[in-house]
Amino acid sequence: MMRYELTQIPWLKRLLVSRWPLFLARAVTLAGFVLTTVAGLIGSPVGSHNFAIIFVWIAWWTFLKLIALPFGGRAWCSICPIPAMGEWIQQGALVEPGGKGLGLGRQWPKRLRNVWLPTLGFGVIGLFSAVTLTQPRVTGWVLLGFILLAAVLSLVFERRAFCRHVCPIGGFIGLYSRVAPVEVRVRDRSVCAEHEDKTCVTGNAHGYGCPWQASPVSLTQNTNCGLCMECLRSCSRDNIVVNLRPFGADLAQRAGRSLDQAYFGFMMLGSVVIYSAVMLGTWGNLKTAAYNVGTPGWFIYVGVLLAFTLGVLPGLFLLAVRAGRALARSKASLKKAFIAQSHAIIPLGLMAWVAFTISFAFVKFSYVWSVLSDPFGWGWNLFGTAQLPWTPYLSSITPLLQVLALLGGLVWTSI
Amino acid sequence: MTNTKYQTPALRAGASVTNIKFQIALVVLAIAVLVVPVPLTWAAPQERHVRIEASQFQFTPSVVSVNPGDKVTIDLTTTDVVHGLYVDDYGLNITADPGQTTRLTFVADKAGTFALRCFAPCGPLHPFMVGKLNVGPNWLLWRAMGVAGIAAFAGFWVLRK
Repeated sequence: MMRYELTQIPWLKRLLVSRWPLFLARAVTLAGFVLTTVAGLIGSPVGSHNFAIIFVWIAWWTFLKLIALPFGGRAWCSICPIPAMGEWIQQGALVEPGGKGLGLGRQWPKRLRNVWLPTLGFGVIGLFSAVTLTQPRVTGWVLLGFILLAAVLSLVFERRAFCRHVCPIGGFIGLYSRVAPVEVRVRDRSVCAEHEDKTCVTGNAHGYGCPWQASPVSLTQNTNCGLCMECLRSCSRDNIVVNLRPFGADLAQRAGRSLDQAYFGFMMLGSVVIYSAVMLGTWGNLKTAAYNVGTPGWFIYVGVLLAFTLGVLPGLFLLAVRAGRALARSKASLKKAFIAQSHAIIPLGLMAWVAFTISFAFVKFSYVWSVLSDPFGWGWNLFGTAQLPWTPYLSSITPLLQVLALLGGLVWTSI
Repeated sequence: MTNTKYQTPALRAGASVTNIKFQIALVVLAIAVLVVPVPLTWAAPQERHVRIEASQFQFTPSVVSVNPGDKVTIDLTTTDVVHGLYVDDYGLNITADPGQTTRLTFVADKAGTFALRCFAPCGPLHPFMVGKLNVGPNWLLWRAMGVAGIAAFAGFWVLRK
């Protein structure tokens, strides 16, 4: 498949090898994270007047779903502020390697080296989504919980265990990063075969060993590559490259397919269907049921969400796989066929999330201007934009964009 | 099912040309389903009077359907807190206090399906309080379903290979 090596451009390679651009970007996102968390915890309880709700669930979400993920894969993970604190403590350094870090450095338990925890985490987030998306306090506590959990896990376990094995958003990004047109790979596998030191894994004075605990020579898909560029820095044989490639290049890869990955895909696809019904539908009772945690209506909502994402959707897919096996007179194991073919839903899932995001991204975006001037909802007017009225952008083409995204996903999945 | 392993190169080349023609035909059909205008005539424009009751967090009725050209009058009432009504793309809005009725009159001169959104912050789920205004049939939905059917057929066809 066609590739274009970006690292052959000298200035771009210098930029990628330097630690400063990513460090500065991370410092900015960390500052934004702190502001967001504080705004969530002490700012106005009205969601549309609070920086936390508007920035996390409209601005950042839109950036992630419509730009960062489809075009950059795990690019967001490389500047994500959540693991920053823990990683800096673990490494004992902010920028250049060589510090004396803290931490027990334990290995992540073998039984949990999968995406079942992110699947569970995403499911739990889904159960409380109507509250989290609208209540600044809840968003603030969730963010605080995430950064503390990431820090604690960094002190106990080696490298970015939280990102790879726990973070639900990381699991989400990893799943769909397979369609992104960017990849980090080795240039020549035979060079790696002869390279006994494997500095990309162990690290050296120029770079850390892969924080994601991936071995670049065996990377065949983006799922576990955080685009942190450590391997580019630490490879003493100059054998790591960053490529531009066609969209969806990883989808043809057979390696790395497993039941947990398959179920994560169904959780993603099922969740976006339920979220769409709750948030975009016209059914007030459904919205109220999803919001009123602990009521009988909420328990019914929880039951429907879990049954649909973890039972009905995979069940229907299993029936389709079974019918396909029967028609093809295949003797392949049903479980193996289910796992292998579940990758087909990845483009549909991604485009369904894109369509879902489009539904509110432009219509709600004008809230961003007012919370920039008044992040806590305390009546400030820092940039003179606090009183700008809500104005829906591009509402005339939003349904068309959604339809095109969904059809694109369906066609992509079909072929 | 044809096993290409036992075909001659000429047969395989012929099959390949047929495949490409078939794929092009599917793409052309999909584009046609998406963009070809549908000649329809509407009943003469008439006056429509709709009463919409707003409450946390829904409009009742949640879907209003009219014909293109109709003169539409919406009476908005609320049963709990202040609510508003914003008609997407028409850019019209009204708000109503509890116990009061506010009226909006406009000519439905844009065909399609438009969101009705609450225009006054009315509680935590205010951003998701939506209804629908159908002006004529929802062609976008029907066309999308048509293309989805073609895509599903193409998927089966690819699998058959």
